[in-house]
Amino acid sequence: MRLIKPTERGLYVEPGDFYIDPWLPVERAVLTHAHADHTYRGSKNYLVSKEGERLFRTRLWNEGNIETASYGETKKLNGVKVSLHPAGHVLGSAQVRVEYKGEVWVASGDYKLTYDPTCAAFEPVKCHAFITEATFGLPIYRWTKPEILFEEVNEWWRGNVEKGKATVIFAYSLGKAQRIMKSVDASIGKIFTHGAVERLTRDYREMGVELPPTRYVGEVENRKDFAGSLIIAPPSAQDTPWTRRFGAHSTGFASGWMRIRGARRRRAVDRGIILSDHADWDELLTAINATEAEQIWVTHGSIETVVKYLKSIGKEARPLETKFVGDAPEAEISDEKEPDNHNLQ
Amino acid sequence: MKNFSDLYLALDQTNKTNEKVEAIVKYFQTADAADAAWAIYFLSGRKPRQIIKTAKLREWAAEISEVPDWLFEVSYDAVGDLAETIALLLPDTNAEGSNLPLAFWVENRTMPLREMTEDDQREAVVQAWNELDANERFIWNKLVTGSFRVGVSQSLVVRALAQVSGIEKEIIAHRLMGTWSPNTDFYLNLLEASAEDADLSRPFPFHLAHQLDFPLEELGEISDWQAEWKWDGIRAQLIRRGGESFLWSRGEDLVSERFPEITEASFSLPDGTVLDGEILPWKDSKVLPFAQLQRRIGRKTIGKKLLEEVPVVLLCYDLLELGGEDFRQKELQIRRAELIKILEKLPGEAQKTLQFSPVVKAASWEELTKIRDESRSRKVEGFMLKRLASPFRVGRPRGDWWKWKIEPLTVDAVMIYARGTGKRASLYTDYTFAVWNNGELVPFAKAYSGLTDKEIRRVDRFVRDNTIETFGPVRSVKAKLVFELGFEGIQKSSRHKSGVAVRFPRILRWRDDKKIEDADTLDAIHRMLEAEN
Repeated sequence: MRLIKPTERGLYVEPGDFYIDPWLPVERAVLTHAHADHTYRGSKNYLVSKEGERLFRTRLWNEGNIETASYGETKKLNGVKVSLHPAGHVLGSAQVRVEYKGEVWVASGDYKLTYDPTCAAFEPVKCHAFITEATFGLPIYRWTKPEILFEEVNEWWRGNVEKGKATVIFAYSLGKAQRIMKSVDASIGKIFTHGAVERLTRDYREMGVELPPTRYVGEVENRKDFAGSLIIAPPSAQDTPWTRRFGAHSTGFASGWMRIRGARRRRAVDRGIILSDHADWDELLTAINATEAEQIWVTHGSIETVVKYLKSIGKEARPLETKFVGDAPEAEISDEKEPDNHNLQ
Repeated sequence: MKNFSDLYLALDQTNKTNEKVEAIVKYFQTADAADAAWAIYFLSGRKPRQIIKTAKLREWAAEISEVPDWLFEVSYDAVGDLAETIALLLPDTNAEGSNLPLAFWVENRTMPLREMTEDDQREAVVQAWNELDANERFIWNKLVTGSFRVGVSQSLVVRALAQVSGIEKEIIAHRLMGTWSPNTDFYLNLLEASAEDADLSRPFPFHLAHQLDFPLEELGEISDWQAEWKWDGIRAQLIRRGGESFLWSRGEDLVSERFPEITEASFSLPDGTVLDGEILPWKDSKVLPFAQLQRRIGRKTIGKKLLEEVPVVLLCYDLLELGGEDFRQKELQIRRAELIKILEKLPGEAQKTLQFSPVVKAASWEELTKIRDESRSRKVEGFMLKRLASPFRVGRPRGDWWKWKIEPLTVDAVMIYARGTGKRASLYTDYTFAVWNNGELVPFAKAYSGLTDKEIRRVDRFVRDNTIETFGPVRSVKAKLVFELGFEGIQKSSRHKSGVAVRFPRILRWRDDKKIEDADTLDAIHRMLEAEN
């Protein structure tokens, strides 16, 4: 039985009559995480994780009927058991476990196994069928250990401090930005944020994630304050007049794609920081094995390659077409265009 | 190896010249002489030829990574570089990297592979991979496949070495010339303070001129002046001292090896001679377009075919040293007379390569002005006017020497693309311009200079507000702005969509009084081309 199948509105669970991360308005949606390509506005009812509630409300402009479930808590939707389980991707990210007539399917959303101090760690869920992402589904993608990576970032930041320069890191404003501020050595200097980052950082703090103090760039009057500081901004801010205010600065871009020299050069930043919120090749295989699933469905990213590889090691694997972009090479999840969280007050 | 791979990374991560020099300086400050010699060898674009077949390297890498062939292929496609693909696929074994010196790696772990059997090679390669971290593996893979390349120019390396050693750039550049072996002795000699060789190679500073910016008559009597064509090539100094020859370009690059015919001709010059002149592409007693000379500039080694297609000459302007005596304070007419004597004494072949730049005679400024109209058809930029009594000075002083260039050709064109320069500036400053052809705008020239800062900011604003599409750093913009472009020459070109290539295009002014319909047509430009040639 295909418990979860792709439709033109999104992944559909027919017996329960609900969608997972639908990209068009539906009656009932279950969301995996609050990135723009998974959380679309316009549906009537939402089920989201308690652990990420604030982020979902910001993304959804607090519109629609938003219901929450804690990780592991089971809800029943039209006789189908639904529960959310940590995916380790960003704060509140969840794998959706769906059970109907003894058949268990899990849609992973986006996930990673690497340690992230800003969200709960990925928990493997046993199932019959597992829908996995494959954003970095090539063996060339293997992440550096976070402690080594952030020591390099710290060293670069310290070097810039010595030269009187600001350090600007471009990173997604939801998740990666907070992961960076939590992981760097905040004693090196002040941390400033782009507006889009600041708003979501506020949400993180309100959800109980402890983060070092940050200040919104727009509040700074004396530009000299930026010298020696760390500024975190979304990728869309690169090469815009916005960065001029920082004076002499060194730039970095935080993404898994930075593992490849050509991608680093095309980005034209001073530092490529190999930091991803997605699973690398080894993590994908580890996660897939841990589910003990008989069937693997592969969505967004290197679909063909992962399917072919899984088949070659004796697994039943098939492609699943969706509209999720994951961390598409040049995709810019344009979160800075959304209004401030005015609906939340 | 670690330090060298850090240097490579640092150079790879920045486009800023100063940071590159800084990184090279940092490396040489601590590098052991043997390592430093190899580093210079690699930085100056030299490399050992391929040591191991890429197919083998690939096969072994796939085996060790436990990646099936097809998956290796897919990975290679995604990365686009074999050495890097292998470095990324191999299991992480030594994240610390190798502390063994670069020289050891090259001499003991790389070169000997060439003589080994395939089985021994495999073992040695695998062992090397085990000891290196990912970046070092990348560099080492590049070395063994003969494809190692560092993106720095020789002049940056020279600058850095001069900074480290306190020895003049000219001396370093000279000592890096020709063939040498990368070993400790070479490096110690390179940084040797005694400068016996320095005086030999050192060029004089060039005497440069400003554009004449007042009426010709104010120069006084024409009989006090010498007029020469202003040639469009590479200003250079040819030095013959102590049985050696040195050809310096005005950019203070030693270019002797790029222009072997000039170097060879110089062997016939008497010792202690320094000539000032212009390197020009020259065939059948005529100058070739500058674009032809460009074909010879960009290359390290000049093939036979190119030497035949684009021979060069040094058209000599001045004599700066004769018999080891500094001649610069003597009057131009005296220097000139001696120059002609020397050149006339040369054997026939050398005379063809070392010519003197002819003086143009005119009885009045009026007559000279008339002759100047021939400039374009002679492929020169106008006249150089030099006072007969002038010494050869330093820098760009006003008074004795003047450039008297012809007005540039002009075209009104429409801006269609803009490109940003420099990350810090993040301003759109490079533009592509188009002219009309059958109701369509076809790109015909790029230009980046000529606007005031204020205008640049206005255009920048315009670009951001009128972008149609973005391609990396380039934006296509709505056709709205018209600019008057000036350029020095125009040539047929099959490489350009418009069929023409222009020399020294620049923006003369922003024509905000014109609409895009008023811009010139490609036909008009083709007519200019015909008139030119």
